[in-house]
Amino acid sequence: MSGERDTEVVSVAAESEVRNLIIVGSGPAGYTAAVYAARAQLEPLVFEGTQFGGALMTTTEVENYPGFRDGIMGPELMEQMRAQAERFGAELRTEDVEQVELTGEIKYVTANGVRHAARAVVLAMGAAARYLDIPGEQKLLGRGVSACATCDGFFFRDQDIAVVGGGDSAMEEATFLTRFARSVTIIHRREEFRASRIMLERARANDKIKWLLNTEVLEVLGDTTVSGVKIRDTRTGEESELAVTGLFMAIGHDPRSALVKGQVDLDEDGYVQVLAPSTYTKLDGVFAAGDLVDHTYRQAITASGSGCAAAIDAERWLAEHADAAAEPEATAVPVN
Amino acid sequence: MAGNTVTVTDKSFDQDVLKSDKPVLVDFWATWCGPCKMVAPVLEEIAGEHADKLTVAKLDIDANPDIARKYQIMSVPTMMLFQGGEPVKQIVGAKPKAAMLAELSQVL
Repeated sequence: MSGERDTEVVSVAAESEVRNLIIVGSGPAGYTAAVYAARAQLEPLVFEGTQFGGALMTTTEVENYPGFRDGIMGPELMEQMRAQAERFGAELRTEDVEQVELTGEIKYVTANGVRHAARAVVLAMGAAARYLDIPGEQKLLGRGVSACATCDGFFFRDQDIAVVGGGDSAMEEATFLTRFARSVTIIHRREEFRASRIMLERARANDKIKWLLNTEVLEVLGDTTVSGVKIRDTRTGEESELAVTGLFMAIGHDPRSALVKGQVDLDEDGYVQVLAPSTYTKLDGVFAAGDLVDHTYRQAITASGSGCAAAIDAERWLAEHADAAAEPEATAVPVN
Repeated sequence: MAGNTVTVTDKSFDQDVLKSDKPVLVDFWATWCGPCKMVAPVLEEIAGEHADKLTVAKLDIDANPDIARKYQIMSVPTMMLFQGGEPVKQIVGAKPKAAMLAELSQVL
């Protein structure tokens, strides 16, 4: 313990051991990196975080992950990946990382007040669901406003609800929600969709789904639960109200890069920049993978693929820098 | 799953939650909910570490729809803190342990 130093910051059960590799994140990228790193005998420590399993934990059927010809449920797929990583000896912890120090030769990752040292780090924190940031939204979160159709659809049996968004997740959620709801209105700012054709066609073929295009949501209405939304036609500017009891957000994701801001390079949207096609960041020994990096594809399989690449990049980098296995800084340094 | 939490039902809710001397945090969850799985180990830990001050109870909303309806649960997981038979706090969605403990600071 750090008796003599400034102890107002808790911290400091610093581990004296310097590991080979710490992986931050537990979606397809993090777990795949863990499988590869563990099989390569790197004995990785994986910080899964409280949101372990990542975005797939809130999806239903995953139909496009190769190897499951009848599809697999998102949470089931993640549990399988987790078990596979564990089988090869990855050490998994459900703690949330509070701080990282990536710039030195030895990297430090602090979770639950404990500072862990490693020679290499793989960043795979993924992306978080975006909200509209409009009046009423946060107040009514869990009271009709939801970012998880699979969690909350059940509560809207025979009700009229809406999904905001125009991508694959909006189509998937709307289609899923028709199992419960009387009607599902897809509200989308534009006329064109980012959604893939198969998902769009499936939604279009569903007679419970209605469409409100060129429309944006201005406010979520309701006192204790959602009673409707105030909307605006983006062409005419005309405002009106739509009576719904549920509003599901499917307007995309933001990379969870706040933890590493100022250390690795981020692009203007907050994605971690890597030296594509590798997973190298500008910092030696720091690699990044998955939705944290990827604006373009954002699929479970591409996240897994880049997690694999990050583990291999880390393994080779560690082998090349084996001599530099420096001593850790004096242990018991308070987190500042 | 470790045994620090207790399971409550529509039938036992009155006795185990409303009439409890200790504050009770009720986790309204469902088998089909991914984030419920995420938050379960956090709740187990909190239950183990604060057993003297707080009971953590789990209520499966599919098997126990009456209580879920009575408290207008519209999202899972929802954690509701009961004190003296009344709900005094509601936490929606899986949250990190530190955030959960901060939310529960009034009773811990």
